[in-house]
Amino acid sequence: MYPADFDYVRATSAQEAVDLLAQNADSVLLAGGHSLIPMLKLRLTHPARLIDIGRVDEIRGVCEKDSTLRVGSLTTHNEIASSEIVQSQCRFLAEAAGKIGDPQVRNKGTIGGNIAHADPASDLPAVLVAVGATVHLLGPDGNRSIAAGDFFTGLLTTAKAPGEIITEIEIPACCEEGFGCAYLKVEHPASGYAVCGAAARVKMDGGTCAAASLAFNGVTPVVFNAWSDGSPLAGGPADDAAIDAAIDELAIDEPMGDIHASGEYRVALARAYGKRALKAARDRS
Amino acid sequence: MGSVIGTSVKRREDPDLITGKGKFTDDLALPGMLHASIVRSPHAHARIRSVDTSRAAAAAGVVAVYTGQDIADSEAGGVVPVGWLLPNLKTPAHPILAVDTVRYVGDGIAVVVAEGRYQARDAAELVAVDYEPLDAAVDAKGATAEGQPQVHEEAPGNVAFDWDLGDKTAVDAAFEGAAHVASIDLRNSRIVPFAIEPRAALASYDPEKGLTLRMTSQNPHVHRLLMSLASIDLPEHKIRVIAPEVGGGFGSKIHHYPDEAIASWCAMRIGRPVKWTATRSETNMTDAHGRDHVTHAEMALDGDGKILGFRVETYAAMGAYLSTFAPCVPTYLHGTLMSGQYDMPAIHIRVIGTFTNTAPVDAVRGAGRPEATFLIERLMDLAALETGLDPTEVRRRNFVPADAFPYQTQVALAYDSGDYETALDKALDKAGYAELRAEQQKRRDAGDSKLLGIGVCAYIEACGIAPSAVVGALGAQAGLYESAKVRVHPTGTVTVFSGSSAHGQGHLTTFAQIVSDRLGVPLENVDVVEGDTGEIPFGMGTYGSRSAAVGGSAIAKSLDKIIAKGAKIAAHLLEASESDLEFADNAWSVKGSPDKSVAWGDVCLQAYLAHNIPEGIEPGLEETTFYDPANFTYPFGTHIGVVEVDSETGEVEILRYIAVDDCGEQINPMIVEGQVHGGIAYGVGQALWEEAVYDDHGQLLTSTLLDYALPKAHQLPSFELDHTITPCPHNPLGVKGIGEAGTIASPATITNAVIDALAPYGVRHLDMPLEPEKLWRAMHSGEDA
Ligand SMILES: Cc1cc2nc3c(=O)[nH]c(=O)nc-3n(C[C@H](O)[C@H](O)[C@H](O)COP(=O)(O)OP(=O)(O)OC[C@H]3O[C@@H](n4cnc5c(N)ncnc54)[C@H](O)[C@@H]3O)c2cc1C
Repeated sequence: MYPADFDYVRATSAQEAVDLLAQNADSVLLAGGHSLIPMLKLRLTHPARLIDIGRVDEIRGVCEKDSTLRVGSLTTHNEIASSEIVQSQCRFLAEAAGKIGDPQVRNKGTIGGNIAHADPASDLPAVLVAVGATVHLLGPDGNRSIAAGDFFTGLLTTAKAPGEIITEIEIPACCEEGFGCAYLKVEHPASGYAVCGAAARVKMDGGTCAAASLAFNGVTPVVFNAWSDGSPLAGGPADDAAIDAAIDELAIDEPMGDIHASGEYRVALARAYGKRALKAARDRS
Repeated sequence: MGSVIGTSVKRREDPDLITGKGKFTDDLALPGMLHASIVRSPHAHARIRSVDTSRAAAAAGVVAVYTGQDIADSEAGGVVPVGWLLPNLKTPAHPILAVDTVRYVGDGIAVVVAEGRYQARDAAELVAVDYEPLDAAVDAKGATAEGQPQVHEEAPGNVAFDWDLGDKTAVDAAFEGAAHVASIDLRNSRIVPFAIEPRAALASYDPEKGLTLRMTSQNPHVHRLLMSLASIDLPEHKIRVIAPEVGGGFGSKIHHYPDEAIASWCAMRIGRPVKWTATRSETNMTDAHGRDHVTHAEMALDGDGKILGFRVETYAAMGAYLSTFAPCVPTYLHGTLMSGQYDMPAIHIRVIGTFTNTAPVDAVRGAGRPEATFLIERLMDLAALETGLDPTEVRRRNFVPADAFPYQTQVALAYDSGDYETALDKALDKAGYAELRAEQQKRRDAGDSKLLGIGVCAYIEACGIAPSAVVGALGAQAGLYESAKVRVHPTGTVTVFSGSSAHGQGHLTTFAQIVSDRLGVPLENVDVVEGDTGEIPFGMGTYGSRSAAVGGSAIAKSLDKIIAKGAKIAAHLLEASESDLEFADNAWSVKGSPDKSVAWGDVCLQAYLAHNIPEGIEPGLEETTFYDPANFTYPFGTHIGVVEVDSETGEVEILRYIAVDDCGEQINPMIVEGQVHGGIAYGVGQALWEEAVYDDHGQLLTSTLLDYALPKAHQLPSFELDHTITPCPHNPLGVKGIGEAGTIASPATITNAVIDALAPYGVRHLDMPLEPEKLWRAMHSGEDA
């Protein structure tokens, strides 16, 4: 497992990283390295230069501003999982981050690297889509932002341009009165990534469901957003029967498969875990 | 004598290992050292049209590039030989680098030697090989079908051997009158041994002194012997093999592979030290795999559930070449175990070994015995279904009774000692078996979606390998004794040189306990040296749960000789008759007058001063024993697994795992438990997740840990362990062996539990690994998914 030769440079600010990217098209950013380094070692990628952003502190950390959560792209999975703000404001993000890999992976891997890599089996995309997060980017032309639902465009591909760096992920608070959320995961027996990860968020208004969202990791080549234009649960009771019926109607096309779990089976898992996640979210509301 | 045997002394090897001070082969560096990278075939089967090394040779840092032809043209033997022969065995040559044909993905073609490890790897990508791809034979049984690609011309139909054992006529007759027949078709999945430390070799050569090869070895003397006999051009005494710290083996570091020979050949050719370390992917592709059986078997029973006869036919993949002990594994380590814990009046087994275009298959933890136990214990559950008896009852009715030992089976082995029913009862008690069955019934009646499954496995193994004359008659090209030299120093401290070669088992601790116990010297005054052909007389190494039973017994015998010689010197010093002396508490004293005594240290010193020793006694105090065991040893036990299967998704959770093992006397109960823990995890991995998968073209689909599913700590419950002690009657320590018990028992235990959970769905058998999708399909096959 020996990577091919590459150059290495360390950036001290997000702007410097953008400038360095502009200098040499065959460069990639290095954050926690827990997706990039395995790719280098397997020689699946041969960049000429790595730009290490691992010490750019301005894009690291969690804070709460104007009832939204702001998570710096360099924040590690462990920092997210153990953040009291995330636990209270966006519980299923903390849950998902806490289920990534093992402690070593969580201590090094970052949310920015996770979503930039856009592995369909990783744990954060479905949560960010279900919660309606916004991804903030800095590029040669300045700042721009993209809704998480539009950010993931395909297998290992995103709407981020090659010269851009993710600076921050903005998350509307979702655990106040009436909101409940849950992330449930079926681990891949070998890699530990999600064979199926169900992220559900429900807002109850007394006995009635005001809104519900649901997204899946691991099932389709790009995060699967179950109800992008309105949940069938909204306006109804969100009892077990309603949840079961809503999920049974879900069409999940072109699932992924491998030797451990076929596409057909992943769809069955999505149905089972979609129901369980919605019920858990409702019960927490 | 002392009381240190049977106590959980902390492992003396651990402080260094857990503080990172342990030096493994890859940690070592020598002045001027070069690095080798091996170019491997991406094809399962192909003719090599040409190899162009020119670009690689010109790359930065490259010192040399060699092909199979270069080795063939040299004086070296250039092959790795097979060490176990069977009648009519086909033994096609296994060149250390392929010359004209590659036969599995990972077969070596060329080697690049460079100043730096990265440079070697970069240049290896520049070696241009022109292949003519051929069709591949992949399946253990399918490879024998008409029209399949031939792996070796010398082996028509891809048959390496066709072997049988037992009395076919008697078995056929037994089936005539049977009230019940239980039958099964199964595939015992192929697994990768997966030691945490990849294989590695560091070879250095001096024309005067010869070759020093530091390598990941479970048996340095065996490696030295095979290296000199067949692989390189050096006599045995000019080769020194050293095993530094070795990070696990599980069988994979017994075998003599091409790679370590290639590194040695390069070091001799170039005259500079050469290091080769496998990458994780190379480990996965080229370490000899395990299992890979396709089996059909039938068991005949009478109306009371007593076994009348047992017949088995197994196709066992050998892979592309015969690895060191490959032919022995499915035959003498599997066929001879077919009686299990049961009194079976008639048995017949046929094993067909087949060549396939896959990595070679050889001994992996348990080696043959997990396959035997899996087959027998699956069939015992099916026999329970056929006869309507509880799975524990059908076993109980067939156990070899405790008063029937030694027990001669119908498949060659004679069991030394055992008490199977006591172990079963202890395990049932610990599990609360009746309550578990009641809970299961309650859940079934309520239609609970969490299906409860209870699996029982009563296993036997043959270890303490093995009486040399017996294995010689069966085809072994080696004796399987063990040596131990015990050197007592003038001050009374002790160094033991053992032919065993630990790679995680804790010999520095347990072997010192044996010495401390017999001599009464404190543990800290005992050192144990292993793993160096330059220091140890000879050694057959560590595998097959043999080190305590054979290596430990050799030490005990040497200690007895030391005590006997010491007694002569003590008698002389005390002016007493030797027969009046006793040795206790680290001193010799005259029986009945304890004040007339001479201390251990005084005798040791006198042995070396030799100023005042009896006539005819040589100075010094050092004894060597080559201990050849009288029989195998036969550990046994019962394991019980309790699992929960999610009927909606097929996911399995192991709720409890109970193990009652009998390994005879225990030298260090903590180490015994550690071995059981690791062994269970190893077997649970095979039962639930692990499998090396080749596609129809012979591509290894599980070449990285992203696809090959090893068990992880959080997937396992806290094991509930207990034991019984039935001493081995034929070795001086009464020990049997514990390294493989967990791995032998747990695949059948967990599989039986899962299949039991699925009983309401009419499922009778599923092959390992029992992945959720397989269970989900079994439960939902009638429905629309
Ligand atoms: C053993 C193991 C198990 C794992 N298990 C899981 C799991 O269960 N679930 C899961 O979700 N993930 C898992 N991962 C992946 C882990 O979450 C990675 O940490 C993550 O996917 C990548 O984050 P990183 O910081 O390590 O990024 P890097 O590896 O450093 O980078 C990944 C990619 O993102 C780009 N990048 C990084 N940061 C930025 C940025 N700020 N802006 C723009 N581009 C950027 C890089 O250029 C690179 O292309 C596992 C990884 C390993 C090694």
